Amino acid sequence: MNARLTLATDVLRNLGAVVLNTLERLGRAALFLVEMLSGVPVVLRRFILIAQQLYAVGVLTLLIILVSGMFVGMVLSLQGYNTLVKFGAEESLGLMVALSLVRELGPVVTALLFAGRAGSALTAEIGLMKATEQLAGMEMMAVNPITRVLVPRFLAGVVALPLLAALFSAVGVLGGHVVGVGMLDVDAGSFWSQMQTNVDFQTDILNGVIKSVVFGIVCSWIAVFEGYDAVPTSEGVARATNRTVVYSSLSVLALDFILTALTLGDI
Amino acid sequence: MSATASRDPDILVDIRDVHFSRGDRSILKGINVPIRRGSVTAIMGGSGCGKTTLLNLIGGRIKPNRGQVLVDGQSVPDLDTDALYELRKRMAMLFQSGALFTDLSVFENVAFPIREHTKLPESILRTVVLMKLETVGLRGARELMPSELSGGMARRVALARAIVLEPTLIMYDEPFTGLDPISKGVIAKLIRSLNENLGITSIVVSHDVAETCQISDYAYLMGDGRIIGEGTPAEVQQSKSEFVRQFMDGLPDGPVPYQHPSSPYVDDLTGRSP
Ligand SMILES: Nc1ncnc2c1ncn2[C@@H]1O[C@H](COP(=O)(O)OP(=O)(O)OP(=O)(O)O)[C@@H](O)[C@H]1O
Ligand SMILES: [Mg+2]
Repeated sequence: MNARLTLATDVLRNLGAVVLNTLERLGRAALFLVEMLSGVPVVLRRFILIAQQLYAVGVLTLLIILVSGMFVGMVLSLQGYNTLVKFGAEESLGLMVALSLVRELGPVVTALLFAGRAGSALTAEIGLMKATEQLAGMEMMAVNPITRVLVPRFLAGVVALPLLAALFSAVGVLGGHVVGVGMLDVDAGSFWSQMQTNVDFQTDILNGVIKSVVFGIVCSWIAVFEGYDAVPTSEGVARATNRTVVYSSLSVLALDFILTALTLGDI
Repeated sequence: MSATASRDPDILVDIRDVHFSRGDRSILKGINVPIRRGSVTAIMGGSGCGKTTLLNLIGGRIKPNRGQVLVDGQSVPDLDTDALYELRKRMAMLFQSGALFTDLSVFENVAFPIREHTKLPESILRTVVLMKLETVGLRGARELMPSELSGGMARRVALARAIVLEPTLIMYDEPFTGLDPISKGVIAKLIRSLNENLGITSIVVSHDVAETCQISDYAYLMGDGRIIGEGTPAEVQQSKSEFVRQFMDGLPDGPVPYQHPSSPYVDDLTGRSP
């Protein structure tokens, strides 16, 4: 009886500690975001800093995005054809591929890949800069590491993700075309024309862009914060990198549901 | 601020009765360290006695629980961010690890503070950087990346970066550790000549007794969060105090205990301690 009581209080106590800890980190992350946002105007005046990071965050992620986009488009085309052909609707293949990509897979898969490729690299880089006292050194040189190091990386991520998502969708459509028109003999004219007439700018493209902007903000925020908040040891940086990928992926999937529900608006 | 009014203009950094603790552990237990303008002051003491902590207090990276930290008459813990950054432009800190930016070359590392704080044209910037690199004898290494430098070279680059804006105060954290005797000599000579030629006030934190005493005008000895001896290097080396003797002669145990504060050994081994 007594042992069971202790067990119960232990569980409660640990639960409380976890909740408090999580809340505290969330609070710190929010304050950190505010601090970064207040540094944005200063950084915008030094565009070169952002451009350098755009290269590191964007260009180096480009290849994996293009290759994945190609394959996702090809698979969509294959799967879609097999279903559509049962209803004699294979002319709509282009439309289906485009809508899936632009509204859903483009932003989501890009964000997941971004978190794994660029986000983890950002966290590791910043965490190591902290562990090797580079950030402290910068502070002692009267240079604010938040505006000099973190904000440019954050902004680069926010700008890069929507661009990468757009490229992902574009390449995916091409991949769908290769499979659908090239291998499955769907009529090229209807593949494109159905897509052109039925993909709506506002409900489809704009909503996809909004998603990718939101994902860009969230993924970059998590990556930069985890790096800055990392315990300054090799183990701490490894854990932080890990957390970046896990938290980014979970946030992207959860936010995707929320954003979709909001834009479709009929739940 | 009556304390500020009565200060001696010869004192650049004044640490008065400073207490500092992390959690329950008190690390500095009321220390007084005045540092004269234009001097080289040594702060010596065993590992973990709070030397780096002291430098961080002067640099405003942490705040004391009690006591005053004055730099050039300004109370560092009370400064707001802008004023603190303004003050930091006039002081430099050489980190134990060097803290060079690994993504920038030697040249760009040294140029970094100039690029951040001034709008010097590229040609003048180049001249200034090359002059500072020449001072530390590494003008030929300007294209190298930090990963390609030896420990001693990295520290000299960090030194060049620290002096590039001509600060009034430099704090050196363990400038000699991990270096061979020749590099130690080079660094020691550099510290001394920077002090003499540019008039930079220097604080050298170290446990390298010989090198540090050689270049310093005045020395403080720390132990267990307190100042346990002070004077000119010669005085300190001659001191009869038990504390000082233990440190100077490198005795493992003495007034400064060898053990980290702990419960009785037997209790711990038999599992009776809490
Ligand atoms: N971030 C920290 N969190 C908790 N305790 C710390 C932290 N940094 C230092 N300490 C503690 O403060 C004490 C003093 O540390 P400090 O770095 O000032 O020592 P030090 O004199 O510079 O030693 P060393 O010669 O080894 O560099 C140490 O005992 C250490 O355990
Ligand atoms: Mg130290």
